[in-house]
Amino acid sequence: MTNILEESGFDPNRKLRIVGTSPVKPDGRDKVTGRAKFGADLALPGMLVGKVLRSPHPHAIIKFIDTSRAQALPGVMAVVTRDDFPEIPPGTGEGDLTRNVMAREKALYDGHAVAAVAATSESIAKQALKLIRVDYEKLPHVIDAVEAMAPGAPILHEHLRAEGIKGAEDKPTNVVERQEFRMGDVEAGFREADVVIEREFRTCPIHQGYIEPQACVANWTKAGRVELWCCTQAHFGMRDNLASILDIPKEEICITGAEIGGAFGGKTIMYAEPLAIQLSRKAKRPVRIVLNRNEVFRATGPVSGTHSRIKMGVTRSGRFTAAEAEMVYQCGAFTGSMYYNGAQTMFTRYDLKNAKAVAYEVVSNRPKVNAFRAPGVPPVVFGVESVVDELAKAIGMDPLELRLKNAATEGYTTIYGETFGPIGFVETLEAAMKHEHYRAPHSGPNCGRGVAAGFWWNRAGDTSGKLRITADGSVNLLLGTIDIGGSRVSMCMMAAEELGIPLERVSAVIANTDQVSYNRLTAGSRVTFSSGIIVVDCARQAIAELRRRAAAAWNVSEQEVVYEDGTCRLARAGGAAPLSMAELVKRGGPISCSSTLAVTGAGPGFGVHIVDLEVDRETGGVKILRYTVVEDAGKAINRHQVEGQYQSGAAQGVGWALNEEYIYGEDGRLQNPSFLDYRMPVASDLPMIEAVIIEVPNPKHPYGLRGVGEVPVVPTLAAIANAITSAIGVRPYELPMSPPRLLKLIETAGTSKS
Amino acid sequence: MAAKIQVSTTVNGEQRRFQCEPQQTLLDVLRDELALTGTKEGCATGDCGACSVMLDGRLVDACLVLAAEVQGKKVETIEGMAQGEELHPLQRTFLEHNGSQCGICTPGMLMAARALLERNPDPSETEVRYWLAGNLCRCTGYDKIIRSVLAAAKEMRGA
Amino acid sequence: MGELRYEAPDTIEAAVKLLARANGAARVLAGGTDVIVQMETDLIEPELLVDIKKIPQLREITAERGAYRVGAAVSCMELIEHEGFCRAWPGVIDGVKLIGSIQVKGRATMAGNLCNASPAADSVPALIAAGAQVTIAGPNGVRQAPVEAIPVSPGKTSLAKGEIVTSFLFPARPPRSGDAYLRFTPRTEMDIAVVGAGVNLTLDAGGTCTSARVALGAVAPTVLLVKEAAEALIGTRVGEAALDKLAKAASAACRPIDDKRGTKEYRIKVAGVLAGRAARQALERARQS
Repeated sequence: MTNILEESGFDPNRKLRIVGTSPVKPDGRDKVTGRAKFGADLALPGMLVGKVLRSPHPHAIIKFIDTSRAQALPGVMAVVTRDDFPEIPPGTGEGDLTRNVMAREKALYDGHAVAAVAATSESIAKQALKLIRVDYEKLPHVIDAVEAMAPGAPILHEHLRAEGIKGAEDKPTNVVERQEFRMGDVEAGFREADVVIEREFRTCPIHQGYIEPQACVANWTKAGRVELWCCTQAHFGMRDNLASILDIPKEEICITGAEIGGAFGGKTIMYAEPLAIQLSRKAKRPVRIVLNRNEVFRATGPVSGTHSRIKMGVTRSGRFTAAEAEMVYQCGAFTGSMYYNGAQTMFTRYDLKNAKAVAYEVVSNRPKVNAFRAPGVPPVVFGVESVVDELAKAIGMDPLELRLKNAATEGYTTIYGETFGPIGFVETLEAAMKHEHYRAPHSGPNCGRGVAAGFWWNRAGDTSGKLRITADGSVNLLLGTIDIGGSRVSMCMMAAEELGIPLERVSAVIANTDQVSYNRLTAGSRVTFSSGIIVVDCARQAIAELRRRAAAAWNVSEQEVVYEDGTCRLARAGGAAPLSMAELVKRGGPISCSSTLAVTGAGPGFGVHIVDLEVDRETGGVKILRYTVVEDAGKAINRHQVEGQYQSGAAQGVGWALNEEYIYGEDGRLQNPSFLDYRMPVASDLPMIEAVIIEVPNPKHPYGLRGVGEVPVVPTLAAIANAITSAIGVRPYELPMSPPRLLKLIETAGTSKS
Repeated sequence: MAAKIQVSTTVNGEQRRFQCEPQQTLLDVLRDELALTGTKEGCATGDCGACSVMLDGRLVDACLVLAAEVQGKKVETIEGMAQGEELHPLQRTFLEHNGSQCGICTPGMLMAARALLERNPDPSETEVRYWLAGNLCRCTGYDKIIRSVLAAAKEMRGA
Repeated sequence: MGELRYEAPDTIEAAVKLLARANGAARVLAGGTDVIVQMETDLIEPELLVDIKKIPQLREITAERGAYRVGAAVSCMELIEHEGFCRAWPGVIDGVKLIGSIQVKGRATMAGNLCNASPAADSVPALIAAGAQVTIAGPNGVRQAPVEAIPVSPGKTSLAKGEIVTSFLFPARPPRSGDAYLRFTPRTEMDIAVVGAGVNLTLDAGGTCTSARVALGAVAPTVLLVKEAAEALIGTRVGEAALDKLAKAASAACRPIDDKRGTKEYRIKVAGVLAGRAARQALERARQS
């Protein structure tokens, strides 16, 4: 028997009733009435307040920690330090994990946790933190990744050896690894080019910027089980990681995912959760830890800053002949930048035969980086799409025309070895070129237009879920994947479509880690695709079961039973009256179907952005005038949700491009850990963002969908840089393209011209 | 421990009494003492608007009001916005236009938007954007939020 | 750590007495939008907060023959909603409107903005340009001072222990007067001024500038009153040459620092640009008044 991964049943001519519309999401009502329970919203009887003490130093040996005065404070129920965590050797995955959540030998960044307390009130907990004495021996620190690679730079980890670099195997280093991807003959390719452009780019770390700080409630029960409630994208992964760093059997940990107030990749790893568990274990009471915004900025998130050198060649007729890149990703105190994503995807979308990408990952005294939409990709695509823009100008070709001429199509084999099935890059480019925005004139002395393209492969992976039909014939989905971008409604829609019943009869719950099998985290634009396959698989099983029951009731073969719109009837006319789902459940008891699959077949996604903006030549300020996102969704299950993904990607990219940055002082401390000084776009900074959904189906999915969460942030940085270049006649190579930097650029250009 | 302060106030039309410490904010008390967790904490420094509530008819950030200051005042939170099961037009348009994505900024957005429409029933897109500038959202790019507010305004004007 | 005490007296005398007798650090709580943030982020640990919002006369806006008196506990939104004041002092309102979000302005006061003594305070350049005075109550009685005498360095004021600002006094305006405040921030809202410029000027019947005051924010440890910039306008019809001179004088007066919000170089340049733009707007308003 073939399974759904081999035969999705995708039918381009299928008539759809629900999929492709924009119904209200089932979780919406609780969200607009304040009833939805987010990470910080759970309170248990006897619950204590947990607070974390953090290092003020970017790099320091922790000589000793005296907690006695804190422990003596009335109302303090537990204090934990490194001594409350099992020793795991450094240099292993778990060794890094445990050291990131609680500093052991050294504090490695400003904000690194060094102790935590649980107390009966917030004010007592805060007071207790002030009574903990930590004896630090300050060490020289290094913030910038390129400086961290230089000889003589302060070394963060004595055990680290640069993998992939010849001759560096036996010396401690800050370089985690070097990876190289190549195809064809790059040198030969550049010789064929009429124009070769090589440029260097810099981007800086940004924060995911979710509005809800990390929050958790841990309860170490009398039975020795750990109950954890938290806002995470990765409850199964966190369970496994907690088990390994706390030395608790996996089965004894149950994690329930709260409603999650924004994540974007930033809630894929653990921070305060193991601290809360150890505090609860000691205090024998539930403990809640809610990070404050300062802690969120200093100790969670950010995305890698990068340095890249990008070189591309083109013929006069507009064919790319070769591309080459070298990149340094800073990852903070521990590995995690996913630099290999950048190296593999940065040129992927063009049908290059000759390409080479080399990436280094480097540690420095900053918080460990975490994923953010299309992790590792946007900062290097900023460089690639800027160079493509320059190449188009150099040969006098329309920038989208040049991209179209070189667009990868079905059958192209990428630098990482995948051969594309049906993909929609050409359709996306053509739609952008035909779009009224691209054809409309743009004028004004300081106005400019920019375009850029982007790719993300989209992910799949281990997924598990259940579908239950209850006595009244309603359907409940138990999903194993956390909903961070509105996936629940899409799951309900697919189930309703498949079962032919009204959407109102389907509800969905996110399972805890006890209720379904392992699910890979919610990330990489994998959930609506993967969990959708699980839901459709379950629905099809349910239909088979309903038909079996009807056949038994009528004493006919299953082939003689037709399932249609929630009802079984006999294929031939006349005879028994049709049986509804509720009646069939009454006959044979509740129906429960489950599906657990290592899902494959995610379809690559491509997007093109068009942006118009205006630069104030006297202040360097930028105003976004118009923004259009064109992207292939494969199939939009819920159009509103898809549009929302496109719009937020663009908005986040605007912040990344223009103003968001981490500012460190000479002392290695973060100077802007607040929403006031970390400048994410506010409503008045942006125009409406037009979302154009292209649908080139992915036949591996029953409804043809790909994944839409990552691509929308990939082209933004370059689209804006290209627009600024078109407005002021000089190109920015460094992010953020903030007013002081742009004003300098404008003045330099003015001087060089005169 | 600091002496607790007795406070009596009206929250969503109900008389409520609570005890607080002098440094506790209205946000702390709403969430931890009165179990009204619909008001969210995003920053506690007045930079995100997730804790927007009405205080004596004025839109404020609950994190920038000391709990002791609300003695004898009228507090309105998201929990009081719907009339029983009947949603406020803004709540409905936020659902219909998907103005709420992850939902964490939604209660604050709704409180702020309601305050706007009470002053200005026919705001322009720009006016809505500037009025809501104190309410950060990272999920939507604001597009669908602005559309939701404009749609509610139109509906409430009977246009 | 001392214990925090919250007091909400209903007379100025009681407030002054509480502040004067405080043993440890004491703070006036007006809107609280700076004080509460500073407490939350552990920048200050006061032992006494004196809430002045229950003192009736501090909540009043009164007009006295063209002059305005604005109580220290009047919130920004209350001021923005006062039509008469907005007509008289549009430039002051420009600054007040930029103090944080609608939510923040629902609480924040001009007096708090002034006494927080940030060089980037948005209402202060316009207040100084307006020639506003503050009335101060203290243990030794009541005194008056020009706004520019209050901040002495970032976070520090010239107020003595036990003194509080009780109101602002805005002089009556001659005809053909206009003021404006502009700031530069990377975002359109929710930001701290990288540079701010307030200009207040009066024209004679022939359109010649007879008096002007120019103040710059975020370019020195305190908001600067730049005489040379004002002199560039006085006696002229505020044409391009005068505006150019004003911009140069404004830039020349700057003594900024490099910080997370902007560079020295950038601030110096943009101060001139904004002073020019604010002067144009003030001129436009003066012509229309």
